[in-house]
Amino acid sequence: MAAFDSNVENVEDIMPEDMEAINKETFKDRLASYRRTPGSFLVMLLVVIAAGITAAALIFLVGYILVNGVPYLSASLFSWTYTSDNVSLMPALINTVIMAFMSLLMAVPFGIGAAIYLVEYASKGNKLVKVVRITAETLTGIPSIVYGLFGMLFFVTALHWRYSILSGACTLAIMVLPVILRTTEEALLAVPDSFREGSFGLGAGKLRTIFRIILPSAVPGILSGIILSTGRIVGETAALIYTAGTVAAIPSDVFSSGRTLAVHMYVLSNEGLHVNEAYATAVVLLVLVIAINALSSFLAKKVQKS
Amino acid sequence: MDTTKIMIEDLDLYYGQFHALKDMSLKINKNEITAFIGPSGCGKSTLLKSLNRMNDLVEGCKITGKVTLDDEDIYRNMDVNLLRKRVGMVFQKPNPFPMSVYDNVAYGPRTHGIRSKAKLDAIVEDALRKAAIWDELKDRMKKSALGLSGGQQQRLCIARALAVQPEVLLMDEPTSALDPISTTKIEELAMELKEEYTIVMVTHNMQQATRISDKTVFFLLGEIIEAGKTDELFSMPQDKRTEDYITGRFG
Repeated sequence: MAAFDSNVENVEDIMPEDMEAINKETFKDRLASYRRTPGSFLVMLLVVIAAGITAAALIFLVGYILVNGVPYLSASLFSWTYTSDNVSLMPALINTVIMAFMSLLMAVPFGIGAAIYLVEYASKGNKLVKVVRITAETLTGIPSIVYGLFGMLFFVTALHWRYSILSGACTLAIMVLPVILRTTEEALLAVPDSFREGSFGLGAGKLRTIFRIILPSAVPGILSGIILSTGRIVGETAALIYTAGTVAAIPSDVFSSGRTLAVHMYVLSNEGLHVNEAYATAVVLLVLVIAINALSSFLAKKVQKS
Repeated sequence: MDTTKIMIEDLDLYYGQFHALKDMSLKINKNEITAFIGPSGCGKSTLLKSLNRMNDLVEGCKITGKVTLDDEDIYRNMDVNLLRKRVGMVFQKPNPFPMSVYDNVAYGPRTHGIRSKAKLDAIVEDALRKAAIWDELKDRMKKSALGLSGGQQQRLCIARALAVQPEVLLMDEPTSALDPISTTKIEELAMELKEEYTIVMVTHNMQQATRISDKTVFFLLGEIIEAGKTDELFSMPQDKRTEDYITGRFG
């Protein structure tokens, strides 16, 4: 955007009102030109339909959940303790936030750190780079239930952490680590080498170049990786049922079990008794995801400005 | 008085198997503009980059020989960041950082430990004035440098290089991406700057070399064919290949 920044804030301000721009194309003009090229008209139509269907799918999904869920949002759903009567989602909501925070706290530093190593430090043709890339790619493709099984065998059983927030968060951290690694790597690779040359040419060291020049330019890309990861964390059920358990209570410490909103929804609809409340929970989950995304892009803008 | 700023002795450079610079020796004088000319791929940019060790960043690059700056060996006992502070560089394509005009120029001094706002303000203004762009930019200090025109960006990059108070300025085809008016401005600038700095400039434009340089060095296929005073080299070249090149018979 900045590259097209001109000194003129708004064209309307400097153009007299009674003047008509000759380069303005009316709908009629466009139709006329399409009559000469029916093939191009067809392609235009197809891409518009594709875009429309994509938007419609999302709008329909969100609308469906809102229509079915909002009427059942009651005060009792938000009471502090869960009973089988009020099926409160409050503990699950808090668990979700804790879970997302803990997993990202573990995965983000390692993911970004590893990506910085791959792009900025490792020499080309380095064997380790290839190994890390292949493992990261493979890890991204593994179904989440496999992570759940591993988490259960390793964290829950072997390390004796039991069904706990910690076991769940560690499992999820491993699950999203490759996502953060790959997106950060792509973001760093997209930073032009001329920035690196410019910085080194002024006598800046590697550390300063990375933290002052490269990372700030890569923030939007890194952020999209974190948002993607957050989405996977809050949406995860399979990997959590076997690691964090399904206890519907606010955990007293990291070694107590706790269900997240997605698990809560799964349990509610599984029992078949509280389908309406499950929809209401979905509404809350949706709002939570939107809030987290808004917060991250707000933070990213702050980081880039400073 | 010794006028030598940079001394290159028996320099060989390899990119993997490719012998890019062959046994080069050259003296670069203080407060002069030295122009490197020659066809593409002849090694002039490579030699330029060897003078502030930008080739260190290239994978598989091996260098033998000796380069001295004021009699100090730059490859054996000099911190590379300090070397690059003393020998600044302006690149072929303007490469301002994606930050404000002010922060671009202040980046170098900040790197070298200057924190005081008053000092930075003074350095930034001084550098922009020296690069002849202060009047154009003084009201746009907080705006993104990416919004400037190509010529302005390149002069900003020159200001950015001057802000760390270098002794030598390396310019790698600094005007090849610019229009004639911007080119003239940068040439005039180089002529003024040589009072204080030593300038080495790679150029594809032979008129440019004759207009502004004191010494010209002609490169061909990784070798220095001829080096001498610009007017002498262009009026009576000693080597047949130099003559062929400057009269436009190849290249």
